[in-house]
Amino acid sequence: MSGNEILQLVIYLAVLFCLVKPLGSYIATIYEGRSNFMVRVLGPLERWTYKICHIRSEQEMNWKEYAISMLLFNLMGFIAVYLIQRLQGILPLNPQHFPAVNPDLAFNTATSFIANTNWQAYGGENTLSYFTQMAALTVQNFLSAATGISILMALIRGIRRCETTALGNFWVDIVRGILYLFLPLSILLSLLLVSQGVIQNFKPYQSVSLIQAEQYQDPQLDETGQQMKDAKGDLIFRTKTLIEQQIPMGPAASQVAIKQLGTNGGGFFNVNSAHPFENPTPLSNFFEMLAILLMPAALCYTYGVMVRKNRQGWAILVTMSIILIPLICTTFIAEKQTNPAIEKIAQDIILPDGGNMEGKETRFGILNSSIWATATTATGNGSVNAMLDSFLPVGGLIPLWLMDLAEVIFGGVGSGLYQMIIFILITVFVSGLMVGRTPEYMGKKIEAFEMKMAAVAIFVMPLTVLLCTAIAVLSSAGLSALANPGAHGFSEILYAFSSMTNNNGSAFAGLNSNISFYTTLGGFAILIGRYWIAIAILAIAGSLAGKKTIPASSGTLPTDSITFGFVLIGVILIMGALIFFPAFALGPIVEQFMLAGHL
Amino acid sequence: MIITKTSLYSSLLKDCIIQSFLKLTPAHQIRNPVMFCVYIGSLMTSALFIQAMLGQGETGARFIFSIAFWLWFTLIFANFAEAMAEARGKAQAASLRKARRETVAKRLGNVDRNEKYTLVKSAELRVGNLVLIEKDDYIPCDGEVVEGIASVNESAITGESAPVIRECGGDRSAVTGGTRVISDWIIVKITANPGETFLDHMISLVEGAKRQKTPNEIALNILLAMLTLIFLLVCTTLLPYSMYSVHAMGSGQIVTVTVLVALFVCLAPTTIGGLISAIGIAGMDRMIQRNVVALSGKAIEAAGDVNVLLLDKTGTITLGNRQATEFVPIGDITVNDLADAAQLSSLADETAEGRSIVILAKEKYGIRGRDIEALDAKFVPFSAQTRMSGVRLKNKEIFKGAPDAIEDYIREKGGQIPSFVQEFVDRIARQGATPLLITEGTKILGVIRLKDIVKGGIRERFAELRRMGIKTLMITGDNPLTAAAIAAEAGVDDFLAEATPEDKLNLIRNLQAEGRLVAMAGDGTNDAPALAQADVAVAMNTGTQIAKEAGNMVDLDSNPTKLIEIVEIGKQLLMTRGTITTFSIANDLAKYFAIIPAAFSDTYPALNRLNIMGLATPQSAILSAIIFNALIIICLIPLALFGVKYRHVTALKLLRTNILLYGMGGIIVPFLGIKLVDLILQEIGWV
Repeated sequence: MSGNEILQLVIYLAVLFCLVKPLGSYIATIYEGRSNFMVRVLGPLERWTYKICHIRSEQEMNWKEYAISMLLFNLMGFIAVYLIQRLQGILPLNPQHFPAVNPDLAFNTATSFIANTNWQAYGGENTLSYFTQMAALTVQNFLSAATGISILMALIRGIRRCETTALGNFWVDIVRGILYLFLPLSILLSLLLVSQGVIQNFKPYQSVSLIQAEQYQDPQLDETGQQMKDAKGDLIFRTKTLIEQQIPMGPAASQVAIKQLGTNGGGFFNVNSAHPFENPTPLSNFFEMLAILLMPAALCYTYGVMVRKNRQGWAILVTMSIILIPLICTTFIAEKQTNPAIEKIAQDIILPDGGNMEGKETRFGILNSSIWATATTATGNGSVNAMLDSFLPVGGLIPLWLMDLAEVIFGGVGSGLYQMIIFILITVFVSGLMVGRTPEYMGKKIEAFEMKMAAVAIFVMPLTVLLCTAIAVLSSAGLSALANPGAHGFSEILYAFSSMTNNNGSAFAGLNSNISFYTTLGGFAILIGRYWIAIAILAIAGSLAGKKTIPASSGTLPTDSITFGFVLIGVILIMGALIFFPAFALGPIVEQFMLAGHL
Repeated sequence: MIITKTSLYSSLLKDCIIQSFLKLTPAHQIRNPVMFCVYIGSLMTSALFIQAMLGQGETGARFIFSIAFWLWFTLIFANFAEAMAEARGKAQAASLRKARRETVAKRLGNVDRNEKYTLVKSAELRVGNLVLIEKDDYIPCDGEVVEGIASVNESAITGESAPVIRECGGDRSAVTGGTRVISDWIIVKITANPGETFLDHMISLVEGAKRQKTPNEIALNILLAMLTLIFLLVCTTLLPYSMYSVHAMGSGQIVTVTVLVALFVCLAPTTIGGLISAIGIAGMDRMIQRNVVALSGKAIEAAGDVNVLLLDKTGTITLGNRQATEFVPIGDITVNDLADAAQLSSLADETAEGRSIVILAKEKYGIRGRDIEALDAKFVPFSAQTRMSGVRLKNKEIFKGAPDAIEDYIREKGGQIPSFVQEFVDRIARQGATPLLITEGTKILGVIRLKDIVKGGIRERFAELRRMGIKTLMITGDNPLTAAAIAAEAGVDDFLAEATPEDKLNLIRNLQAEGRLVAMAGDGTNDAPALAQADVAVAMNTGTQIAKEAGNMVDLDSNPTKLIEIVEIGKQLLMTRGTITTFSIANDLAKYFAIIPAAFSDTYPALNRLNIMGLATPQSAILSAIIFNALIIICLIPLALFGVKYRHVTALKLLRTNILLYGMGGIIVPFLGIKLVDLILQEIGWV
């Protein structure tokens, strides 16, 4: 790494960590019902919302009520997104006159956006109208992020409170999260992005003349759409000349802001934040990268404040960073290498010394593409500013591995931290045994019920990923979508299901996921990955809330210590490695060996 | 001696080996989910072997046989561990059973030694019967002494050959069936029907017949079951992945079921799965080795979690009896006169305090023993009404007792109490001693200083406990002044003075309400409510039947200090489980490096780069991993049975050590072990 690159990384991390404390304590005030500037300004709006929605804001819920409210709310979201897509043709704000989205894709997209996944089997600019993008997708970007934080808040209350069943009111948590947290921050970020040139309009797509006419060969089709062949059996091509280009328009900035802040990641345009209208400048790229990690990092601090043990929050943040930062560097170093395959065939060509630039934007370069790729998969974000499929195998392995660590390294807003707490419980259990005490976390005993729910939460992800991948590689439908054979094709399928099940949403590309096999199976993977785990988390929250808090002594294992942090890292990495090592070996690992010429 | 021991071992070993095979039934295996999966794997590979013998095998019959063979041995080794753990309990049960002999008892109608008794078989005795037990008789059933005093040999139960005294009244009245009176006689009221005695209970406990999984064991089993399921999934999905890879590359063979089963058994936490029940049984057994009978495994686990120890002052923190250490004369009395009077008042006093006064008078002031009969003196024993004791001579009365009792006595007689007496009394109390006033008639002669002797080494034990995060709380009936002084001397964290049974009960309830786990020891009937409330309640074997029933452990040695050891055993039990679990999971890393390249290198030769151990052939690699996996169970049996050593350090230090030892060790050891097995296999030319 050159000095300049180290400086960029350090500035990025420094700005991020400086924002953790102020934002983290701000979030704590929101969910503890304390007053702050925003509450004073928007308070009447909050009370008005309760009034028209008949929300009894004082009434707290037990874990089952909380879970049912959460599920119903998300179900409503699903129905709305699905219907808007299906009725797109007759709804307004559709200057390109896109027809209704087909049922499979609409199902997949609806599950994807309610579950904070934002897996996109479609290309935004040639499938969805402005209305669908705004009313269906952007709205869900807010709601799914607020849902994630709400579940986390219920868990925090379960840890903090004792001998009660009350975990807070789901509707209140949702309203406060959207009103005081996501709306103001999104408005701020979208204004910053617009200042850099991100578009926000309702214009029809623009036609512009090309500066230089482009000629290309197009296979000729018969009436049935089959490619025509000549007498020798070769395809018949026709030379076409391109003089005009369609430039898509739309309200992009408003969606890009929340997609980054809410770890959603669903781009307005197909190529996501690699598109110049979503991410035009290095500065806009900086803001967007910051927004990827901002919320998950700040929530660690919020956690510490809310459990009245600030050190615990910092400890989690440090633990996550210890895993993330080396991985950013590894991705970067891997991408800094020249592709050995190109090196072999192009010995006499002078290669640029920039490393593997395939699929990367020159305005971001390798470092900012590597930071983004690592951060976006560490969190549940999944937006991209470079094409992961073009990364070298190791560069692609790291994003894949980060997702398959169950999205606990920062992870999705709320969901990353609550899944991290599951790993903490497992670690507390094992290390508690090792020091000869019934394990306890924050003074709460970890017993059979918690272990059962933690087991459910941990087990369901590998189950879904490995099983779906197995189904895909055995079925002709699954294989038909592959662009690359062999190990790389295997990586693509594994990546797709890892991304969907872990609610990340980033795509490896190279896989045509818009066929009903992937949209349907993937839709279910998304739902299982999100809600199964969420219910287990709420059950744990309910059980912990009912317990007594045991006072700490020197016999208690401190969970904010360095030793514990390292044991936690060990548990996360070993679990992640043990579960996925065989699959990785047949995908990116062997690919790297073969590419490096060790055949 | 050596010969008998060896022969005992060999018969024990033989029994364990037989047991290891007998336990291979599905009914037994299904109780342990991890090992049951191994069981299924063994059956599958055995079937594959038979198929291969018939000439249609998926791979070489010799290889499948080797895998199946070692899978069966993985199970047998786990069974062996369990059998070993049970064997010690069984041996103990057998010797206990010998004690439960059929005897003839002398039944009485009334509590009267001279009455004629009827001889009945011990099996016919019922609760409430009275029996006379004389020298050399066996005590037929559990009971309570209602008259007499005898020395009893309880070695059949405690293993301790020194006889103990059993007498009526007080807290040493309980006798246990199967023990033997070796001097004097007692009349015992039977408190348990035959078949329900303490001995019967103990036999079923040590045999493990009543063993149920403890809460923590259940939680660990859930974790292990989850890991097993995950690895089952990992191995099953490898079959389609292999099919895809072979198809995509057009080279190599699809991975065989034998290899997948081998991989699964290596990855599943078989080490802890195979040893978990042995660890539990051994924990119970370690208690028994220390002469503590835990009535449930749950109590042992709870012992590891205890935050507060309630300790009775007398007998636990201090030596059982207070001793006179000083005579403090008052006014014009000389110290010799006081010593003389004190000795006179205590000559016939058989209490420990009384005896210590006579001894002090003799050793320090040279006053020799006198015959109380010759003096024509009449001894007045201590009674709950007067709360004093002494002698009536022809011309005078000498009494000793607690200050307020003596003051009441003097006032009653119309005497005066000099105002400075109170000063003396307070001064002694503040030093942690108990003052006794001596009075002749209405004239107070002086004060006897009775000192509690704090047991040697107890202060250090409490400091250790504090480091472990356990708070000690002393309970005493003394006044707060005395209690505070002794508490400071012994180094306990807190004390409860002038404690009544209700106070104790409330104290435990309050502590529990704060979320603490409380352990206590007790022997008296008045301890029973507190024992029933405490999380870990150790009843003394010498204690009353009611106390024993209220507790969840019985200490056969009746040594309250043992609470500390009980806590350690509880911790050791959990630690052993934790460390072996960590070791077991850490092992998986090396096994991947052995099996993954072996299983897939003919499809992707590039994967041979992962064979960092340089194992000779794919078959040898897989077999080495399986053999290592089986042998490690055998190697860890001693650790499972004897437990991980517990050290008195903070939880954090303990974690650091154990992670280094068992976590890092668990990663490194299998790399070496698998390589070694591979070398041996090459050497003998098996694969």
